[in-house]
Amino acid sequence: MPLASLSNSVPVEVNEEACIADKGCTVCVDVCPLDVLFIDEDKGKAFMKYDECWYCLPCEKDCPTNAITVSIPYLLR
Amino acid sequence: MTDSKDETETMEVDVLVIGGGTAGPMAAVKAKQANPALKVAVLEKANVKRSGAISMGMDGLNNAVIPGHATPEQYVKEITVANDGIVNQKTVMAYAQSSYDMINQLDEWGVKFEKDETGEYNVKKVHHMGTYVLPMPEGHHMKKILYRQLRRHRIQVINRYMATRLFNGPDGRIAGAMLLNSRTAETAVIRAKTIILCTGAAGRLGLPASGYLFGTYENPTNAGDGYSMAYHAGAELSGLECYQINPLIKDYNGPACAYVTGPLGGYTANATGDRFIECDYWSGQMMWEFHRELEGGKGPVFLKLDHLAEETVQEIETILHSNERPSRGRFHDSRSTNYREKMVEMHISEIGFCSGHSASGIWTDEHARTTVPGLYAAGDVGSVPHNYMLGAFVYGALAGEDAAAYCADNELPEIDAAEIARERARVLAPLERESGIPPHQIEYKLRRFVNDYLQPPKVTRKMEIGKERFDEIRADLGRMYAADPHELMRAAELQFILDCADMAAAASLYRTESRWGLYHHRVDHPEIDNENWFVHVQTKKGEDGMPVNFKREIDPYVVELDDEDKVAYQQLRVGSGQATS
Ligand SMILES: Cc1cc2nc3c(=O)[nH]c(=O)nc-3n(C[C@H](O)[C@H](O)[C@H](O)COP(=O)(O)OP(=O)(O)OC[C@H]3O[C@@H](n4cnc5c(N)ncnc54)[C@H](O)[C@@H]3O)c2cc1C
Ligand code: SF4
Ligand code: SF4
Repeated sequence: MPLASLSNSVPVEVNEEACIADKGCTVCVDVCPLDVLFIDEDKGKAFMKYDECWYCLPCEKDCPTNAITVSIPYLLR
Repeated sequence: MTDSKDETETMEVDVLVIGGGTAGPMAAVKAKQANPALKVAVLEKANVKRSGAISMGMDGLNNAVIPGHATPEQYVKEITVANDGIVNQKTVMAYAQSSYDMINQLDEWGVKFEKDETGEYNVKKVHHMGTYVLPMPEGHHMKKILYRQLRRHRIQVINRYMATRLFNGPDGRIAGAMLLNSRTAETAVIRAKTIILCTGAAGRLGLPASGYLFGTYENPTNAGDGYSMAYHAGAELSGLECYQINPLIKDYNGPACAYVTGPLGGYTANATGDRFIECDYWSGQMMWEFHRELEGGKGPVFLKLDHLAEETVQEIETILHSNERPSRGRFHDSRSTNYREKMVEMHISEIGFCSGHSASGIWTDEHARTTVPGLYAAGDVGSVPHNYMLGAFVYGALAGEDAAAYCADNELPEIDAAEIARERARVLAPLERESGIPPHQIEYKLRRFVNDYLQPPKVTRKMEIGKERFDEIRADLGRMYAADPHELMRAAELQFILDCADMAAAASLYRTESRWGLYHHRVDHPEIDNENWFVHVQTKKGEDGMPVNFKREIDPYVVELDDEDKVAYQQLRVGSGQATS
């Protein structure tokens, strides 16, 4: 079956100036219950890879540098 | 736990707890306390620090049985009536009798409950008859406190591995579980003398009205894993036709009224701002009235707070926007909703299985034992009705203690190597295909069909058509394609959801009467039929791999009901009779 890709706007935004993933931080990735946050190894920054968010906020509350902002997913806003 | 793609590592424990949310950590700690020599491990699909229904905390205890406010007998009556008589009272009694000790245990561990000036627990009335709601204004510490206990008791924690199936030994006893890593797709086998399933509700059965797959009431990591795994291990499940359906804020999955706003003067109203139910406690009967109003000319339904004093509204905002579902304030802001100015539109959640809120679960006795020796179930996935968070803790503890005793008398059973190989191949198949249908597409279609055909009011012919559609989806599984390990986790979950959909349809079709208000309202069998259906409806895996149903007698009550009690929850509509709130 052929596949197509479809882009989605995702609810989690990472402030790359504040994110210290390049210094080894993985807190948000560790705590997310849906496992949808990843570190971009080239940039050394966290990002949301899958649009599968429960907008529960552990990522935002536990981030040591307040780099994360979670919005309500667009479909529910 | 390393493992190349072609090998499966094996480890051995005495007690394996699957799911480290609420019941799970408690089960592990209590097993270890009962016998410190045991090897106890908690397996968690996410990370125990922030997993499960209480990942951010909780607003309060919904069902605290505290001396001076309620007695265990009163509580057992209340739950029996709220559940239309279909309860194994012994299991509810076991909860009620341990409830107070568990609250004190949590208090000792540092959980902050609301207390009055004299240091007594400050319990509030929400239920129809008794007084059971204990607020936790600082409920956001819950997971930290549990985590501390796991560390203190040196419990082994395995994060980011999900269980996909359980294995039985040659004599049928539980023998272990297959594990899949959601980041690397590594597999592993854990052999265990006992397994305690604490995998939470089946939260991804119905599709929320928004169409967003993860906008569910329940934490969507709980896809129905435990229900499916218990089913394949040969365990009996119960009450699967008694769905969980909750009243929620429209489009936002936060609970709205009963427990937080109710005691402060908020209530559920119709479009004219009038009350239409006497008691906001969540029950099938209450949901039926909710549904009628929602669909009727005075609908939709609203949460009414605009009559409250400023300081009360502020108190509500502080709780609702910071504890359990802290993104709620953002949702309201984006729609310019201010509690002071207008009522908040409400709606009905998607359907699911959950004994925490209704009564659908893996059948257990008052020690949390399932019908498979060595296998336990606690929390939302168990079968003790309306058990909520404190019930998850109490049954976690009961399971942990009983499992520890079971280990002393039993050896580790063997697992058939061929079965392990088969399970491994099944789990990894979607990743090995070059192309196909991604799990999220199949999941969307499946859950849309669940809404179309299973959501109450239930219609026989619709449910039969639903089963045909589910069969077609089952045939598509051979073409499911996962592009990476993360999608492979979703593919495994999709199969749990499909099993749950089949079980929901089968149990709903089997019970040819209506009961529990909206939860099992069958349009073509609209009446309660106590003569034929005053029984539990059980589900098991049949010879052909599909669900079979049968009746189980209700155990003699340990607390008798008087006639007045029996009708209390039948008359929830304002003006319908003697009910008072
Ligand atoms: C939004 C919300 C609000 C609530 N409010 C209240 C309240 O105010 N008061 C109250 O008393 N109750 C409340 N409840 C109910 C209460 O939270 C639950 O009944 C209770 O927490 C259930 O505990 P549990 O251990 O069964 O499930 P959970 O705490 O959800 O834990 C299940 C765990 O299993 C893990 N898991 C699932 N599948 C697998 C697998 N295959 N392998 C490994 N791990 C797996 C999950 O990641 C999760 O950590 C609320 C529930 C929700 C969802
Ligand atoms: S927790 Fe914050 S700082 Fe750490 S990786 Fe995530 S976004 Fe970056
Ligand atoms: S809000 Fe919750 S689900 Fe969404 S990314 Fe953050 S932790 Fe994960």
